[in-house]
Amino acid sequence: MDDWLPASGRTRGRTAAADRTAAGAAWMCAVIVTLAFGWIAADLLWHGLSRLTPGFLFEMPQLSGRAGGLASIIVSTLAILAICLAAAVPIGLGAAILLAEYSRSDRRLGRFVRRSLDVLAGVPSIVFGLFGNAFFCVYLGMGFSLLAGGLTLACMVLPLLIRSLEQGLREVPDDWRNAAAALGMSKAATLRSILLPAALPGLVVGLVLGMGRALAETAALLFTSGYVMRMPGSVMDSGRALSIHIFDLSMNVPGGTGNAYGAAVVLLLMLLTVNLLALAIARRWQLTQPGPL
Amino acid sequence: MTPPLLPMRHAPSALLANGSEQHAIELRNLCVCYHGKRAFRDISLAVPRGEITALIGPSGCGKSSLLQCLNRLTDMIPGCHVEGDVRVEGLNIMDPAQDLLTLRRHVGMLFQRPNPFPLSIRRNIELPLREHGVIRKPELRARIEQVLDDVGLWDEVRDRLDSPALALSGGQQQRLCLARALALAPRVLLMDEPCSALDPLASAKIEELIVRLRGQYTVLIVTHNLGQARRIADHTGFFWTEDGIGRLVEFAPTHTLFNQPQDPRTRAYIRGERG
Repeated sequence: MDDWLPASGRTRGRTAAADRTAAGAAWMCAVIVTLAFGWIAADLLWHGLSRLTPGFLFEMPQLSGRAGGLASIIVSTLAILAICLAAAVPIGLGAAILLAEYSRSDRRLGRFVRRSLDVLAGVPSIVFGLFGNAFFCVYLGMGFSLLAGGLTLACMVLPLLIRSLEQGLREVPDDWRNAAAALGMSKAATLRSILLPAALPGLVVGLVLGMGRALAETAALLFTSGYVMRMPGSVMDSGRALSIHIFDLSMNVPGGTGNAYGAAVVLLLMLLTVNLLALAIARRWQLTQPGPL
Repeated sequence: MTPPLLPMRHAPSALLANGSEQHAIELRNLCVCYHGKRAFRDISLAVPRGEITALIGPSGCGKSSLLQCLNRLTDMIPGCHVEGDVRVEGLNIMDPAQDLLTLRRHVGMLFQRPNPFPLSIRRNIELPLREHGVIRKPELRARIEQVLDDVGLWDEVRDRLDSPALALSGGQQQRLCLARALALAPRVLLMDEPCSALDPLASAKIEELIVRLRGQYTVLIVTHNLGQARRIADHTGFFWTEDGIGRLVEFAPTHTLFNQPQDPRTRAYIRGERG
């Protein structure tokens, strides 16, 4: 071959070796991550899948959860999640819009809000639980209730939700903001008709992250929605979330391990459903709206 | 208080009464700073009404910033400060009381990269129209057909008005953007290198459209294509940077500027010796 740009043999050999090492290390990391997830999923399915019958989902728990199903637990979980989202999504969206669209001219405000959120995001969930207990349960007199639990979760999820919703809005190209401004469109109309629809995939991702965090939360709920197992009659009733049920069955109830695995599989499936649903929505939306140019 | 620009229903031709007799845009001692650093200074310029005026010169000498002053898009840029006197159709648009939405409806803009919204072709034109008070269906439909026809797009898209605008080719997108701006019946059209992202054929089509706007609109176009300025512009202004600050070196009828430039820098630039 006509080698018009010869590299010295030593350099070539050393570069190739470094390349191989880096690639190998990256592969190793990927394998470790996949293995860890695979191990957990396999363990859960191995022990829990056999429990997954229609009765398990629709019957009330009995004998402290050792027997029976998850009906009241699932209802409580969904109620807490719904309350959490109903409170967190409007506030989160509002704050994200402020950060992404309005704080450009007022950087100090933007920086202040963002820093507060980063601090909040780092606060351990048990602290949120204590705060929720003191504020919602005691000070506002909600007692141990689904409402107090949902609102506490909302506080906890907000930082994550706001930052990812903000990210979604920031990914919308400035071209459209300029185009709308140059056409004399008001900021509100631009947001409503162009920016929010264009940011939808990013917003959905933010929502999924928030829901995932809310579904998985245990510590904050111990102090706020409590761990009563009966079917809640209203949002002012105490109720037990899935994650708390799993914790209680595996730690405090001898002979509860089997049903704990079953409940864990249900929780995993819920998370998976939320993820797939969000992915489907985002993909469907992108098919109807091709990207710029 | 400044009187507001006239409402939507009036045709552009009915608006020629205010302002000085021949000039649609008058700038006096215009300066723009970004975070305290001057982009250009002391620009004074009178743009003749109903004509095409081109601004040429190397990148970074403030031509685009100047366009953005005229519809106050500069307000959206953090740290941007504008000084001086800007009159559009006799109206002091730097007045803090000036309603920006009305101003921008009368001063349309075409950008370097085509920027149709990620909506259908129809919605792209309908949305700004609705925003400015045109809400009756028949009127909307008539206007949309009219402006799409004006930019030669009607026959190409009449059967797919509801398909995504972003599925159009680059040239079609830019023509849609022009149609969208024309739908608001502006008095002035600002164009920031509207052909630079397009292939030669699409570019020629846009150029042809701009020429057809002569007499109906005042067009102020920034271009890096000297041939284009020569072909379409009635007047041309030449910008040059000194110590990083843009200045208007020469402003003259296009023919004069290209054939008998007064300033040696202009001569060097249009001969391709500098810049």
